[in-house]
Amino acid sequence: MTAAPQPVFPGDRRSPFRAVRMKPVSTLPASAVIGEETPKVHLNGISLSYRTTNGSRLLALDNIDLKVRAGEFLCIVGPSGCGKSTLLHLIAGLHHPTSGNVMMDDKVVDAPGTDRILIFQELGLFPWLTVAENVEFGMKMKGVAKAEREEKINYYLRLVHLSQFKDSYTHQLSGGMRQRVALARALATEPDVLLMDEPFAALDAQTRDLLHDELERIWAETGRTIIFVTHNVREAVRLGNRVVLLTFRPGRIKCQYQIELERPRHLEDMEVAAKAREVLQDLREEINRSLEVEYSEGVKPHVEPGVGQ
Amino acid sequence: MKRVTRYLVFYAVLLGLWTLLVELKIWPPYLFPGPWSVGQALWAGFADHSFLIAIAVSMRRVLFGYGVSVVLGMILGLGVASNKFLEETMGGLLVSLQSLPSICWWPLALLWFGLNQNAILFVVIMGSLLSVTLAMEDGRKQMPKIYGMAGRNLGARGFKLFWHVLVPASLPFIVSGLKQGWAFAWRSLITAEMLYLSLGLGQVLMMGRDLNDMSQVLAVMILIIGLGYIVDGLVFKTVERRLHAKWGLTPAT
Repeated sequence: MTAAPQPVFPGDRRSPFRAVRMKPVSTLPASAVIGEETPKVHLNGISLSYRTTNGSRLLALDNIDLKVRAGEFLCIVGPSGCGKSTLLHLIAGLHHPTSGNVMMDDKVVDAPGTDRILIFQELGLFPWLTVAENVEFGMKMKGVAKAEREEKINYYLRLVHLSQFKDSYTHQLSGGMRQRVALARALATEPDVLLMDEPFAALDAQTRDLLHDELERIWAETGRTIIFVTHNVREAVRLGNRVVLLTFRPGRIKCQYQIELERPRHLEDMEVAAKAREVLQDLREEINRSLEVEYSEGVKPHVEPGVGQ
Repeated sequence: MKRVTRYLVFYAVLLGLWTLLVELKIWPPYLFPGPWSVGQALWAGFADHSFLIAIAVSMRRVLFGYGVSVVLGMILGLGVASNKFLEETMGGLLVSLQSLPSICWWPLALLWFGLNQNAILFVVIMGSLLSVTLAMEDGRKQMPKIYGMAGRNLGARGFKLFWHVLVPASLPFIVSGLKQGWAFAWRSLITAEMLYLSLGLGQVLMMGRDLNDMSQVLAVMILIIGLGYIVDGLVFKTVERRLHAKWGLTPAT
């Protein structure tokens, strides 16, 4: 019996060789993946304000200026209420900024597009479709031919280790598996940019560790640009090339950290912990500010788990 | 097995009571026929194909009318639900219109379409359209917003978004409304058919009255109940059960 030929897709950096040997990700030359040319995503002075229920205007995001390079793994952290999820929705084109614009490859984004796919915090998997049909959905909307869709479904389900669950419905899967379906569904559309909104917040620690490893591997294998939003600093440092810290309402960029630690990383690594502590010190100010505001507004504060457990 | 026994016992007792009442001869048999003569009327109706033709004609009408209602109702309902202005204005109008018995459209339909099948279809559509629309509007509001966003995010828009995301996503929320719409369509149809000689079950029922044939009247009533049960209890129940199993709303069997 001969092995089935590996489908090859444009923009797919996975080689059959690596699939067998699974080279450690750290040996990838970081600068080769990350181009220095025009930014993949450019947030060009973005502000967003909206009217609250009592009629006053609330500034959610204030003049965010951010360039994301192709192939970069960027993590955005901030206290809850800093507008980090909103920022992803803006990049996805689901909402429009009040001023400024989002640019993809120097083109202004004004609607959702399959060049950037958002993985929602609640996932939004379609319960009326099987796992395979969920993965197929974006390709079907794009008008990819049936045979090619089949091939890619198999490829991406293999990538997230869910091949046996092709015909299951999503409610039959565990939280971690659903998370991986969402990842496969997003990847199958072959976006240049993957937007992830606190994807692992609701998972138990073991599953999350596992998915961190897998995401790091998939990022290295597919060379996608990832913008990852989290409130967990440790997670951000463990995953990202760069961590951007947003301030509490209105969301502004407070500081940025270049994370040049070796890959593959682990949540328990000393270096990760040390770097996370550094980021956390800056974040803590913002958390305290958010608590103050919420106290003074008479809202019961909910404690934000800023430190990675 | 036990359930079947319970059903058998219940209907046997019902038939027994009926026979007993007939045997007591309180009312003359031409006003209160026994189960045997109703059974004979049923048999005769099927034997000379008149019932089969009536069922076929009525079913075709109700399927057409209901089909139109579902398509129009889904579009209307979605439209109303996704537009704040329409929701505030049309929403109230739709609810008040629904309190109008569908047969009240009959005079209007007669003047518009004349005394023909189109008038009947119009009444059927008006009978079920509103309940489908309201069900769809409600279903759209109950439907988690995330599905629409996820669909748009994955490149679905316009008709594709409607057909591949909004319709399936709202199905579990509208299936009971669709069922209700069917019941309204069915009732409107029989009523309208009774008012106009037009083949169909309603007409066969009225013919029983004109011929003073109580057995036929009862036979047709049983037929109407039976057909209603088949569609409602079997078709819609199965759809509902499948849907819930697929969505994981009930444990999959």
